[in-house]
Amino acid sequence: MRQQRPYIYLLLWLGLSLLTLFPIYWLFVISVKPAVELFTTPSLILDTVYWKNYINVIGNATLRGYMINSLIISTSNAALVTVLAFLACYSLSRFDLAGKENIFFWTITNRMAPAAVFLLPFYLLFTQVFTFGDWKLYDTKIGMILLYCTFNLPFAIWTLRPTIDGIPKELDEAATVDGASTWQVISEVVFPLARPGLAVTFILTWVFAWNEFLLAATLTSFNARTITTGLSEYVTTTGTEWGTMAAIAVITLIPALIIFSMVQRHIVAGLTFGAVKE
Amino acid sequence: MRSNTVGWLMLAPTIAILGIFGIAPFLYVLYVAFHQWNPFGASPLMIYNGADNFRRLVFDPEFLRSVAVTAKFAFFAVVSEIALGYLLAQLFMREFPGRGFFRTIHTLPLIVAPIVVGSVWRLMTTPSIGIIPYLLKQWFDYDMNIGRDAGTAFALTVIMDIWHWTPLVTLTLLAALLALPKEPFEQAQIDGANRWQIFWHVTLPMIRPAILATVFIRLMDALRTVDEVWMLTSGGPGDATRYVGLHIWKIVFPKTDYGYGAAISVIVLYLTLVMCWILYVSLVARRERKRVA
Repeated sequence: MRQQRPYIYLLLWLGLSLLTLFPIYWLFVISVKPAVELFTTPSLILDTVYWKNYINVIGNATLRGYMINSLIISTSNAALVTVLAFLACYSLSRFDLAGKENIFFWTITNRMAPAAVFLLPFYLLFTQVFTFGDWKLYDTKIGMILLYCTFNLPFAIWTLRPTIDGIPKELDEAATVDGASTWQVISEVVFPLARPGLAVTFILTWVFAWNEFLLAATLTSFNARTITTGLSEYVTTTGTEWGTMAAIAVITLIPALIIFSMVQRHIVAGLTFGAVKE
Repeated sequence: MRSNTVGWLMLAPTIAILGIFGIAPFLYVLYVAFHQWNPFGASPLMIYNGADNFRRLVFDPEFLRSVAVTAKFAFFAVVSEIALGYLLAQLFMREFPGRGFFRTIHTLPLIVAPIVVGSVWRLMTTPSIGIIPYLLKQWFDYDMNIGRDAGTAFALTVIMDIWHWTPLVTLTLLAALLALPKEPFEQAQIDGANRWQIFWHVTLPMIRPAILATVFIRLMDALRTVDEVWMLTSGGPGDATRYVGLHIWKIVFPKTDYGYGAAISVIVLYLTLVMCWILYVSLVARRERKRVA
């Protein structure tokens, strides 16, 4: 047997972590510097901390509104996508539907198009097709929640399917023999076993929705504007308020970090797409 | 078995949503692709022009260059991510103090928004204010300038993509490695196989489906990258990093040449689809053979 050398791995990972963390550290460094200092000689070490950027951001009601919009949109989108993907995967895994493998592949083709392509059709769909009297889908949270399904739902279905396929069908059958309805099989047998996969699907979907920029920038103006779009408002052609931008960016990392660490232990168990389970 | 109606009902919402927000816009793009339409410029009315847009793109050097450079970008990024992701996943298979902690740290780049990733990398690398050119100058007397040097700018977009997405690859491959049965490895060791032989004859065949699936997801996303590169280099210098997604954006927005932009989009989508289909078929075929054996 090969010798185990745990401390070598520890050192290796310390080094790798520095590489991984550096851009995030640098984001923080920029966020706690006054604008003038950004253009002086860069220094690796942070000597003075200047919190003004954060105070400006937190004190800004518009940005707070964007943050709340983002929270509502990504959480609802993640919940909707996880539920729909769960149902779809259960159906693909347990029923013998005609052409189901083609449907499975078709779902992912929705993620292949460059987002820029769909901006115009989406814009027309949102401003002209889905209008009822004065109401438009444009600049609504519900619009963004549904829209994000186009690239999140395929990803979710593809991540979740191996998990559902990996739950033995015999369990369903046994429960059915015992008199359980389809609904009971799903809620009492499949759902508990699929939880790690569902947690991962939820969190990745949430992060993708939270981070999306191009569509949000085009299809919202104020009521449903998200924080990534708000952030880009500080990057303009005439000059960039890097400090404010970085402070917003650091703040946007926090919710993602919190929910990420909550499901951290499930992540690997749930991300089994493509893994053969026999 | 139960009636298939229940199955269809469970799929129905997915099909409905993807139909409305996927197929409908696609059909519209396809329709526009056969027209000349520049609502804010030369031809404000939509004029049917047959396959002209498609003929035009075959001979458009700008478009062809953007396809070539996107292919190069996707190739370098995805190959490095798979190789690096596999090595890191293997490292995470070992026992060492603080493994869970380092796994969390390694996952962090995943949660950073692409637009933020682009901004930070730009700040770190812009000549005269960035820390990286500064340190390279101080330590190695090397002048790094992404605004002037096409090769550096290209390499940097690849490195940024590797930084951002290797964690996803590591996690998926780690999941695959953890799901492997132990017996084949023990057997191989008893038979006296060395490390390389074990990797080549035991590990690789078993995690091949996971690798293909990961390549599939990463390739698809690398081919449509926009936000990050837009923030880092805006496609420059020249057109060194003008990837297809960005190219389409530039035609559709600043130039508002919708007809031509739509034609390019259709072709790009088609090329992506064909490539992914080939990957997918080889993935499924592999699995079917396994089931038969």
